[in-house]
Amino acid sequence: MSIFGEVPQAAPVAVFKLTADFREDQNPRKVNLGVGAYRTDEGQPWVLPVVRKVEKMIADDHSLNHEYLPILGLPEFRSSSSKIALGEDSPAIKDNRVGAVQCLGGTGALKIGAEFLRRWYNGTDNTKTPIYVSAPTWENHNAVFSNAGFEDIRPYKYWDAGKRGLDLEGFLGDLESAPDHSIFVLHACAHNPTGTDPTQDQWKQIADVMKRKSLFAFFDSAYQGFASGNLDKDAWAVRYFVSQGFELFCAQSFSKNFGLYNERVGNLTVVAKDQDNLNRVLSQMEKIVRITWSNPPSQGARLVAITLNTPELFAEWKDNVKTMADRVLLMRAQLKEKLKALGTPGTWEHITEQIGMFSFTGLNSKQVEYLVKEKHIYLMASGRINMCGLTTKNIDYVAESIHEAVTTVQ
Amino acid sequence: MHQHEMSARSVFDGVVFMPSQIKLLEDFKRDMHPDKVNLAGREYVGEHGHTTWLPLVRKIKQQIATDPTLTPEYPPNLGIPEFTRRATELALGKDSPAIVESRVFGVQTVGCTGAVHLGAELLRSCYCSSSSWSGPILLSSPCDDSLAGIFKAAGIEDVQYYRFWDAESNGVCVENMVRDLENAPEQCLVVLFASGHRPTGAELSQEDWKRVAEVMVKRQLFPFFLMSAQGLCSGSLEQDAWPVRHCVSLGLELLCAQSFSYNFGLYGERVGHLLCVLKQNLLAVQSQAEKIVQTLWSCPPMEGARVVATVLSNPAHLVDWQESVKAIAERCMLIRERLRERLRLLGGPWHWDHIIKPGGLYCCFGLNTQQVEFLVQKKHIYLLPNGCLNVSAINSRNLDYVAESIHQALSSKL
Repeated sequence: MSIFGEVPQAAPVAVFKLTADFREDQNPRKVNLGVGAYRTDEGQPWVLPVVRKVEKMIADDHSLNHEYLPILGLPEFRSSSSKIALGEDSPAIKDNRVGAVQCLGGTGALKIGAEFLRRWYNGTDNTKTPIYVSAPTWENHNAVFSNAGFEDIRPYKYWDAGKRGLDLEGFLGDLESAPDHSIFVLHACAHNPTGTDPTQDQWKQIADVMKRKSLFAFFDSAYQGFASGNLDKDAWAVRYFVSQGFELFCAQSFSKNFGLYNERVGNLTVVAKDQDNLNRVLSQMEKIVRITWSNPPSQGARLVAITLNTPELFAEWKDNVKTMADRVLLMRAQLKEKLKALGTPGTWEHITEQIGMFSFTGLNSKQVEYLVKEKHIYLMASGRINMCGLTTKNIDYVAESIHEAVTTVQ
Repeated sequence: MHQHEMSARSVFDGVVFMPSQIKLLEDFKRDMHPDKVNLAGREYVGEHGHTTWLPLVRKIKQQIATDPTLTPEYPPNLGIPEFTRRATELALGKDSPAIVESRVFGVQTVGCTGAVHLGAELLRSCYCSSSSWSGPILLSSPCDDSLAGIFKAAGIEDVQYYRFWDAESNGVCVENMVRDLENAPEQCLVVLFASGHRPTGAELSQEDWKRVAEVMVKRQLFPFFLMSAQGLCSGSLEQDAWPVRHCVSLGLELLCAQSFSYNFGLYGERVGHLLCVLKQNLLAVQSQAEKIVQTLWSCPPMEGARVVATVLSNPAHLVDWQESVKAIAERCMLIRERLRERLRLLGGPWHWDHIIKPGGLYCCFGLNTQQVEFLVQKKHIYLLPNGCLNVSAINSRNLDYVAESIHQALSSKL
């Protein structure tokens, strides 16, 4: 008799199943618009030239040892990463009230932040504190906070399917009606999956309500630099909140903007009221890290730290990031043009208005099914596509297929 | 627009300060005494007093850094298949019945801690199927202080201890251990240590393990093995893994958390593995493990696991690596013998055979609190508060000083 005898099969994660189905598909015209990773115009993953360079530097550096990193991570990684998010001249950094924890990717950063908040945010038991995530949001947000012990995870209005844009009124309304001290997970830029970000003015309105109701801002920043091609521009929202006096968390991922998906490089930036509060927070986070993974992995953090702290390499990295962002912008422009040229019914402005890797096309689930089954074009049931999956070779096929789906499938 | 003022109070006002858990290391770093010795570290250090590079590892890392075919893609949630396959074979032996019968799966984890954490969450969610089971879990007395915390964080609140280290005999009292297991509630989890115990370094003989395994079967207890340094204790990979393999041969289901930190010297890269040996329902349990992994780290870091997989799947590299592991084990044994000899020559009523009985990195000296404090404060020799130490940090330069200091600590009226 097995103690695991009654264990139920867990549902597969949609995006991984999509990729698996794509892999098995033998059709020569197949296109993968599902998974969120950058691809070159040849449809290949891209090792950033600066990353190749630094990787080799690390491998040839015989002075480096293999010892455990400190529990909170590589110090030069943590500080340079926080600077990237908050700005080199951030007053909060100057006030010594910014700290960070090196984590296992963006997921790890969310995990540590969530575990801390559950234990210490508003009293010592926050299992009932509401966590608000956008509707829709990255599907793993729910799982991370739920697994950290939060029992009340609620959606806040975000995507307006009708007008294919931000439902600001609904968003502000949910902020107003949220219990004070609720925690809100905000996408710093390039919202996943909609690609729709609030404007600066809209962010100001959001911040205003959050301040009045003492709502906690937990930013998820997985695409800095990747969205507009400009690091500072993509960090505007986080920096605005800091300038307004918010204490906040920012879970940063370097998977996309460094192309380091497989080395799990993340950073949880903590902005506190003062250094004393910061130190107490970090001390408790250290305890949480110790019983989760003990010490974070060295490879990716070293790579990022060296790059960010060496001026020529930093410049080269920003250039590499812009290359990726520019290709995405090009594909957006071209897809929109082609759909307009084909006379595809509906408006397609949102394709270029949206930002970052993803676009919420507005295709319904039947149309998506048509694309997957009949045209071997793989996208999420929500209509989300990864613009990086588009290339100059397949964009015509994709545009024509979307046209077919929209005109023949209701 | 009406701009609101931010409250002057911090949201984190109620957060209590947690003192650092590595205070000893920090004290050592600050200590300016020329003769200071750190015997409280976790890592294996070489004769020169630093952690060592395995030349093979360095070579493979360079190959990886310049390999144009390797892509930076997200790995599978459960890790690199080649890695988990080899890690499983390493622990169980290629022809293990569990492998042949497809009753085992492995998960690449973030170090041994990650493996234990994942295992704890998996057990809690799966164990006894129905609602959340919350223990008890039995840990050895003593054990690494973070272990209890890992299980509690995973929701297994009921943590108890079985007697293990016997201060009187400076070894394991198997009688007590077996008795405690016999009195344990049926179906509880028991954490067992293959390849040496931390922090005491204590080992059980194969006969002892047979007795323990018998009780596990009789009382339907569930073994959770920690195998942190396979190969470093006896010098033989197979011998160190024997307890795990023996339990598998008896038909027990078990989990085993493996670390590749020590036997590959890859501490910073965090290469761990959670082995799950089941009787049935493998795919469902595997899917639950995947689900938990997605909330912890999504997928594990590649670098270290790539190195390990490369070595373990290449016969020439494998031989090379086994030699390195054996060399480390032999050096530790040699240090133990030299230390015993020095202490014997210094005289006194004490017996020192317990130093050479186990192999591996750690050793427990049966010193009391005052004696340990004396060593730390007066002699600048840093060891763990319970008198346990890392023998690899003893070398030809500090052997005499360490031996004399221990002798002094025991001789003085403390």
